[in-house]
Amino acid sequence: MDQLFALSVAVPLLVAAALVGVKPLLSGRRRTLDALAILTAASVAAMLLVIMIRTDGGDRVYWFAGFRPFHGIVIGIDFAAGPLSAGLAALAAVLVTAVMIFSWRYFRQVATYYHALMLTFLAGMTGFCLTGDIFDLFVWFELMGVSAYALTAYRPEERGPIQGALNFAITNSVGAYLSLSGIGLIYGRTGALNMAQIGAYISRHPPDRLVAVAFLLIIAGLLVKGAIVPFHFWLADAHAVAPTPLCVLFSGVMVELGLYGIARVYWSMFGSALGHRAAISHLFLALGVATAVAGALFCFRERHIKRLLAFSTISHAGMFLAGIALLTPLGLAGTAVYVAGHAMVKGALFLCAGIVLHRLGSVNETWLHGRGRHLRITGVLFTLAGLGLADLPPFGTFLGKGWIEDTGSAHGMPWLTPVFILCAILVGGAVLRVAGGVFYGLGDPPAEDRRMAQEAAEETSETDGGGQRTPLSMLIPPAVLAALAVAIGLTPLGPAVEAAAVRFQDQAAYDATVLHGAHVAHPVAPFPVEAAGVTVPDVVTGLVSAAGALLLACLALYWRRLPALRRGYEPGTGLTALAEGFQSGVINDYVTWMVLGLACIGGVLALIIG
Amino acid sequence: MQVFPFIVVAWIAGVGLYGIVTSRNLIHQIVCLIVVQSSTYVLLLGVGYVTGAVAPYYYDVPVHTPAVDPVVQALALTDVVVEAAVTALLLSVAIQAHKRFGTLDPHELAEFKG
Amino acid sequence: MRPALRRWVFLAGAAGLVAFYLWGLSGLPGFGNYPGPYGPAILRIAVAQTHATGVVSAVNFEYRGFDTVGEEFILFTAAAGTAIVLRMLRGERERPPADEARDRDVPPTSGAVRTVALMFTGPVVVAGWWLASHAQANPSGGFQGGVVLATAFILIYLAGEFLTFRRLSPTAIADAVEAAGAGGFAAIGLAAVCLGLPYLDNFLPLGQIPGAVSSSGTIALISFFVGLEVAAAFILIVSELLEQTLLIRHGGG
Repeated sequence: MDQLFALSVAVPLLVAAALVGVKPLLSGRRRTLDALAILTAASVAAMLLVIMIRTDGGDRVYWFAGFRPFHGIVIGIDFAAGPLSAGLAALAAVLVTAVMIFSWRYFRQVATYYHALMLTFLAGMTGFCLTGDIFDLFVWFELMGVSAYALTAYRPEERGPIQGALNFAITNSVGAYLSLSGIGLIYGRTGALNMAQIGAYISRHPPDRLVAVAFLLIIAGLLVKGAIVPFHFWLADAHAVAPTPLCVLFSGVMVELGLYGIARVYWSMFGSALGHRAAISHLFLALGVATAVAGALFCFRERHIKRLLAFSTISHAGMFLAGIALLTPLGLAGTAVYVAGHAMVKGALFLCAGIVLHRLGSVNETWLHGRGRHLRITGVLFTLAGLGLADLPPFGTFLGKGWIEDTGSAHGMPWLTPVFILCAILVGGAVLRVAGGVFYGLGDPPAEDRRMAQEAAEETSETDGGGQRTPLSMLIPPAVLAALAVAIGLTPLGPAVEAAAVRFQDQAAYDATVLHGAHVAHPVAPFPVEAAGVTVPDVVTGLVSAAGALLLACLALYWRRLPALRRGYEPGTGLTALAEGFQSGVINDYVTWMVLGLACIGGVLALIIG
Repeated sequence: MQVFPFIVVAWIAGVGLYGIVTSRNLIHQIVCLIVVQSSTYVLLLGVGYVTGAVAPYYYDVPVHTPAVDPVVQALALTDVVVEAAVTALLLSVAIQAHKRFGTLDPHELAEFKG
Repeated sequence: MRPALRRWVFLAGAAGLVAFYLWGLSGLPGFGNYPGPYGPAILRIAVAQTHATGVVSAVNFEYRGFDTVGEEFILFTAAAGTAIVLRMLRGERERPPADEARDRDVPPTSGAVRTVALMFTGPVVVAGWWLASHAQANPSGGFQGGVVLATAFILIYLAGEFLTFRRLSPTAIADAVEAAGAGGFAAIGLAAVCLGLPYLDNFLPLGQIPGAVSSSGTIALISFFVGLEVAAAFILIVSELLEQTLLIRHGGG
């Protein structure tokens, strides 16, 4: 079983290399190429699901090249995974499989490199989730990154993908190099690269200035990847232009991996050493809430469907960070379930947007008004997924959000609930507005926005379709993803997820397991364990969000008939200028905000620790 | 002298970031990104240095002579390859930008705003 | 943001960040006082355990070999990415290759450059090969050797012989060699798995004399594969860039 750890990364890498190596043989055989890629992704998903189930009783550690630690000193690299880590990696693999099936007919012509890069992307994500070594984390982070940059620039004939790829690559690279600096600093202090060893070492001493600096630098790259304000600007640019199957992976898993990285780094290394739990919790809670609200507000103003979904991802990323920042097991469990549910519905939404792009040649909501009426199944799927995004029970999203809200209320932050509901209403409302306008022709056609019409008109080259029927291979993945979201909501996995969360948060148990091979049967939670089940408040807040989203969508569709609203909403108002001032599309601005943001967070950390 | 190399790290990174922020040319920005990464080499290698020790190669030196840390050198090697890879990719995107749009100014390439 | 405002905002942020960094530097042991324990632990056991006298290579290919797999594939991905970004797009055509692009105003290659470049090609290949195969002994290794090997091919282009360069490094072969290098490395690890050992375990005979060419088991073999991959990747990247610049043009069928 343990060899599955190594195989889950080695197999996609080997297949990617093989696909490129025999490229001349495969140039005419598209079916073989697709089949190999789908098979590989599916087998990786299976391996990771097995690991997830088998680590339920305790984290498993796998030492590469057989170098086990002696006397607490680690000389090799390890993979140390529990159900949460393996589960996130499995989620990535499942999404890659769905996306490869979708790509079968979505791209009529595609280079071999596409499949190879998707597989290296998958390998990078898997390695990132499973690893227990901080430098190894950086290596897989970069592999993930380089694959993503290359795939974002898949259509370099347009201005958008070039802007998107450059902004994406430069911001994430700067973040990665800052993380590497942090790794260098913590290595200089502890002489170790293994997360457990570092954690054990620095927790023996009182909170230290260097530890605070190293912490900030290491999470700099992860904050950028996780699209937290003010490091989030690249996400919308990249999403608007990346091939739609790739957007599924970006929104569904890649952003969440950044947040997972923060959680992992905190709970495996810095948690005990930094101390000041309440202050640190409030710091990240503030970041999370700011991101959630900003993302939701930007989301509602968008008319470009993919960019709209990108901003909604930013909003959800903020909510995930808030859930992690509460530092309780229920918060982490809620985030895990929310991530899973969100990945499924967001994936379904993006795939449906891809179908629209394939059949109608545009993702401009304005232009598409009423034109999607004949795409009946897609419309139904999109609407259902939109309701899922608005946290309607029984989609998994309501459960995750409910748990985060429950733990927030229990720990003195009841205001979290209305904030989350507001964000869900804004985001869900935007998506349902799109659904109503495009697929059902509801409401009045929105005002013509020439700039957005031009942007959306350039989307046509990504896929050629316009045929009479949407192929089944393009309809099944979003349907399956939506069904999985419902399944997550209906499965009673509360206790299991929470036990996994408790184990994830117990630094002492993790250190013992990795460094000494101990098996810790009962990990200790930093906060009392709250019951994780479906409670009435969860269902109620879910229904409230969904109802509010529907209401907002109707308002948005028919707002012309309400003169009061008309004044605030036309494009070209002061709000647009403000939005463009921040999200300017210029890399120089993004890096400036990044540096300013880091300086501010650093200042707060210095006040907390110093 | 104890922390001087680490101050140099901050300077190099700062200069590189300043270049990225104030630049109007993509190639210049990409090279500034290389500069930012060079600061990590200095940091890694500076952290592992041991005064009075030899390089960790025992081909012609008795085994067990005190040597500097070999691990950071391996990390720096990995770092170099990563940088080369990212730079190659970025430069190719910049070439396409120049070829198709005649500009290397990030301000002019910004299509999506707000 | 307006450029002037942006500069000030950046300087303020950078000042804050640098201040924070300097505030934390007090926790570092000073320059030259590396405390360990990772470094000393490796130095103590590396030569005896792996029979390689180049400890950095031992760390790179043995103790932290899995990192190196990832890094290999980062380079592989970048080469593939460059090929994707610089591919011939719709509405472009490839001109018949010539040594110099006719529509670019380039002075012809001087005789001196030509002679020196071609003269050095052979020695550079030998140097690259030597570097790639001596990872276990001295500060060489797959990466260094691979880059030097790639340089030999680029020297041919610099001598003004673009056509020869193109003939010697067709994309298909470069792709295949690159894939063999990267895949070979991953496969060596997998071979260990098939033998029931952990991934990337050193299962080959270690040789008698530490530092000899045939010693250190999988380290030498991995270094060889890495050299192949790096050479092929860089040749691929450079030939993509050259094709884009010299051959691919707008318009035409």
